[in-house]
Amino acid sequence: MIRLPKVSLTAAALLLASAAPVWAETHTITPGEGAQERLQEALILAEPGDEIVLEAGRYVLTDGLSLDVDGVTVRGAGMDGTVLDFTTQAGSGEGLLVTSDNVTLRDFALENPQGDGIKSKGADNIVYYRVRVTWTNGPDAGNGAYGIYPVESTGVLIDGAKVTGASDAGIYVGQSNLITVRNSIAEANVAGIEIENSRNALVEHNIATRNTGGILIFDLPGLPVMGGGNVIVANNLVVANDTPNFAPPGNIVAGVRRGTGIMVMANDNVLIEDNILQHNPTAPIMVIAYTQQTDDERYNPLPREVIVGTNNYGVGGDDPQLEGADMLLAAFGGALPPVMWDGLGSMTAVAGTQGWSLNLTEAGVGLDGASPSPLTVPEPEAEFNRDGIGAPAELEGRI
Amino acid sequence: MRGIGFLVTALAVLAASVVAQATSVPSSVVRDDIVQGEGFPRTLAEYGFFNDRGAREPSAYVTGYELNTPLFSDGAAKLRYIYVPSGQKVEASGDGLLQFPVGSAIIKTFAFGEGEDQRFIETRVLLHRADGWLALPYKWNEEQTEARLALAGGRVPITTASGEEISYRIPNKNQCKTCHSVDGEVVPIGPKARNLSANWLGSMRDSSILDAVPEGADSLPVWTDTSAGKEARARAYLEVNCAHCHQPGGGASNSGLDLRWEQDDAFAVGVRKPPVAAGRGAGGLLVSIEPGNPDASILVHRMNSAEPGVAMPELGRSTIDHAAVAVMRDWIAEMEQ
Repeated sequence: MIRLPKVSLTAAALLLASAAPVWAETHTITPGEGAQERLQEALILAEPGDEIVLEAGRYVLTDGLSLDVDGVTVRGAGMDGTVLDFTTQAGSGEGLLVTSDNVTLRDFALENPQGDGIKSKGADNIVYYRVRVTWTNGPDAGNGAYGIYPVESTGVLIDGAKVTGASDAGIYVGQSNLITVRNSIAEANVAGIEIENSRNALVEHNIATRNTGGILIFDLPGLPVMGGGNVIVANNLVVANDTPNFAPPGNIVAGVRRGTGIMVMANDNVLIEDNILQHNPTAPIMVIAYTQQTDDERYNPLPREVIVGTNNYGVGGDDPQLEGADMLLAAFGGALPPVMWDGLGSMTAVAGTQGWSLNLTEAGVGLDGASPSPLTVPEPEAEFNRDGIGAPAELEGRI
Repeated sequence: MRGIGFLVTALAVLAASVVAQATSVPSSVVRDDIVQGEGFPRTLAEYGFFNDRGAREPSAYVTGYELNTPLFSDGAAKLRYIYVPSGQKVEASGDGLLQFPVGSAIIKTFAFGEGEDQRFIETRVLLHRADGWLALPYKWNEEQTEARLALAGGRVPITTASGEEISYRIPNKNQCKTCHSVDGEVVPIGPKARNLSANWLGSMRDSSILDAVPEGADSLPVWTDTSAGKEARARAYLEVNCAHCHQPGGGASNSGLDLRWEQDDAFAVGVRKPPVAAGRGAGGLLVSIEPGNPDASILVHRMNSAEPGVAMPELGRSTIDHAAVAVMRDWIAEMEQ
């Protein structure tokens, strides 16, 4: 391929100072015969700044795709127009793997990947915009684990995405920093949106419904990156997360109780406010320590400085999947109050917040030793510091 | 039109005769300008690694080698070569990966079938260029006369040695890197001193291609050698088949599982380690390795599957290595509980 500058030398000189690639090309791919090879070859031969356009239609793919070139945009004709169909996928652990920086993925869908949907690993400053990942058979333990799966990355913006049917988490951000997940829909996954072992994450204006658990903020031991925290969960609609847990046992989310709205486990500095929580029958909000034993000395299993602000609580806690549910319901008058804390670590809540505590005294022993009582925690002392939370502003400029 | 057709035919004949002449030269030389140049050569022949079109007779400075414990690739036979430019030297780095000078290449052909019936399917080439290593896959034609660049990889119907009909996967260029990668850079995997025979290393040193035979050379057992201990055999297999991803900086670093030979922390190797991102790959099991209980070990479960999303390794095999699964089972069954 001969690549020629498409602008005059003067213009090129002017552009040198900007980030705009001078030699950017557009490669247009159409569905049909040989789509696997044509699309994969375009992903390999693309150069930084290039755009790969996926024309509308259904692409039947037999193997995972991968992108390893910085600064490439992959653009479809809309999440309902361009569909990468992995129903007959015969190899690879995910549908699309991205391992390069400054990539933008937008306006296309993946259906029925055999493993994960889109995984981006060590891919800094990535944008997922209006991308859909769907397992079309609905909740099923045989579905892939994660729909949208950025991991070990700095700078992640997920906007307008939609994931359905993941047997672990629909939108999962792991071991990453500077993250925004917004305007997205997570439906009928085990976990709708999960932020795990990550820092500086903003989760706002999303809809999480029909999952087992709506929005999870977790920190787990034994991983290369730990110490999750500085997270804001705000202005989300967390409704009717009542799908029985269909995760394969062994995975951490297999322990999530059906009917969990927003759950924080072993993080520091988390703000939960202005969410609408309705029909989450176990716990609209749950704040707990890591539930299993660990001897990882680098790891802090406790939730610290978790702030429950003002939220809109509807019906919830009325059919908890908890040991001794009948007794608890009787004790609390037919429904558990909306905020559940295990009593470990530290949390605050705005005045008037209704809740209950298990009053555990030790982490890692599960719910044994609980002596439940109404929640009595202090009010937040200072304004939550939002500095440095969320994806870098530069990423928004790409959408 | 007829004239053009004739011209094309004439050119083809001319090209064929040029190739024929090239193959008659007893020992051709490797094209260093192509190995070290830019871009992706369209055919394997362009490098000049072999004297013949069938790539069975190596050129000068192209040396065959074997590994104590090889990577399982659906039972493919492998023909492995290194190329080191004249006057250059490979440096040993402990028992680990040999350090190849810029201009070197590693060439590996994957073949199925026995004896006369053996057919080459693909040849993978690793080129050490000034800006780092580059991995490229080449796919052989039906006539076995030419291997052409297959950037996007491909699938080939194969009957394996054990008689299984499979859709053999030639990896695409990025998938080459998926395994051949540490901290985002392409690296060789195979030629570690520990996994090469002392004889071969000695002969390389005597030929002045290698600076020294390092301590720890030839220390990795042949994993099928039943006289080696169960643990050593299992760990050797994991080192070669899994550790290129399952190590810090590797493709599966986020799992926290580290299957390198030198890793001696049992938890990092998977003992009682819960899965992180295994999803349904965990098969309902709670830990990677449950001492004394292979059936409760995710490691065995995933090696014993050929299903995408479950099978490990994710790339490079379509069938189950049953002998390896048996070695893992023996090792785990014997572990202290």
